[in-house]
Amino acid sequence: MIQIINTGVANIRSLQAAFDRIGQPWNLTEDAALIRDATHVVLPGVGAYAAAATAIDRLNLRATIVDRLNNPEKSTLCICLGMQLLGSSSEESPGVEGLGIIDRQITRFSDGVQVPQLGWNNVVPDPSSTQTVYPAGEAYFANSFRLLDPPEGWDFATTDYDGQFVSSIWRGKTLACQFHPELSGQWGQQLLQAWAS
Amino acid sequence: MQSHRICKLEAYATISRKLNTENLTPISMLKPRIIPCLDVNDGRVVKGVKFQNLRDAGCPVELAGHYQEQGADELVVLDVSATRQARLAMLETIEGVRKQLSIPLTVGGGVGSVEDAGRLLNAGADKVSINSAAVNNPDLINEMSVQFGAQCTVVAIDAKRKTDNPDLWQVMTRSGTQGEGIDAVNWAAEAQQRGAGEILLTSFDRDGTRSGYDLELMSAVTAACALPVIASGGANSVEHMVEAFAHGAHAVLAASIFHDGNMTVGDVKQELIKAGVNVRK
Repeated sequence: MIQIINTGVANIRSLQAAFDRIGQPWNLTEDAALIRDATHVVLPGVGAYAAAATAIDRLNLRATIVDRLNNPEKSTLCICLGMQLLGSSSEESPGVEGLGIIDRQITRFSDGVQVPQLGWNNVVPDPSSTQTVYPAGEAYFANSFRLLDPPEGWDFATTDYDGQFVSSIWRGKTLACQFHPELSGQWGQQLLQAWAS
Repeated sequence: MQSHRICKLEAYATISRKLNTENLTPISMLKPRIIPCLDVNDGRVVKGVKFQNLRDAGCPVELAGHYQEQGADELVVLDVSATRQARLAMLETIEGVRKQLSIPLTVGGGVGSVEDAGRLLNAGADKVSINSAAVNNPDLINEMSVQFGAQCTVVAIDAKRKTDNPDLWQVMTRSGTQGEGIDAVNWAAEAQQRGAGEILLTSFDRDGTRSGYDLELMSAVTAACALPVIASGGANSVEHMVEAFAHGAHAVLAASIFHDGNMTVGDVKQELIKAGVNVRK
């Protein structure tokens, strides 16, 4: 059973529909024990950085999520804002603490490009990657902020928008995607399937 | 035919270069999107000419699935029903469409409040487009953007050339029945300032006429507004789409061209690739 963390601020219908299509049962939860023990957990994210971080604290889930991500024996998928929350902070919400799994600040695209990035773009796993989790493909993005530099100790994929940014990172059983696999067509569905099985 | 295509390709490249150097924003690193549009009335897809004379074009859930298989990059569903009962049926339609789709779904038509938008998102929409209600109450754009994010807030603009000054377009509301005396280009710029994430720009004059998108309207709006703009109204050929992209559109919306079965989304994309447009494969 996939446990989707219910931060209450994310629109997760598309994600649920995607898991339904690939026949993977899911449950929406705020329960720390479930989030700690589940084989598969999703940290979804649409909405504002501060709202999501606040929701995690209000639900007393910060320690549980951080522990799960720092000791990745079980699969965790962080989507969009969920990936940004791995950072220590974001320009979107100054003063708000991220989960601090990676020592990086999330920054805004420059004014030289359209913000938000809204549409389909290429995702290319970096050749330095030690572990292949999905092939290069075309993914749907909806984001104004992004991770610019790959964190040490993680594999990563890049995407070209306002220069290259890090559109996905993975380490052990943790996978984080700036794009929305649930909206990225067949390629995204295969990514979800591979992650869930 | 070959030379015709090469000619188009060169024209596209030339215009792209021009836009690249003259605009602050590059024409986009993103893939130009092909978006079939389903106008839905009481659970059925309909299509009219100049927003009138609606005719039946099929079941929305079925069509959504077909278009996705053909390679659509996104789907827009617009509720054109007039009764409250038909509007409630719309939520079921959205749920059915969502189950099928692994691509983004934008829903609009008759959205009057943040609560309406919330209901559509809850039924499975990824983005909600607002039109008349935003004109009547522009703060709705701000409220939706704060509540759900800019990426979720689409402002639909129905623009009609002014009869006394054809270089200007006025905003139409209530399915094109009411002129607002508001300049469409300024309105697009205001929508951006208020937090919209995307503009769905329909030419009232071209809608259903198959005479091509209103390219001057597209140029005027993309010059005044840095948001992604979806061209809508008048598409009947791949050339029309190439023109729209060359004039700054990030996406093209089309209904009749697909509903009538003359071309699939896949056919259109193959032709676009030949014309040098970097669509999603």
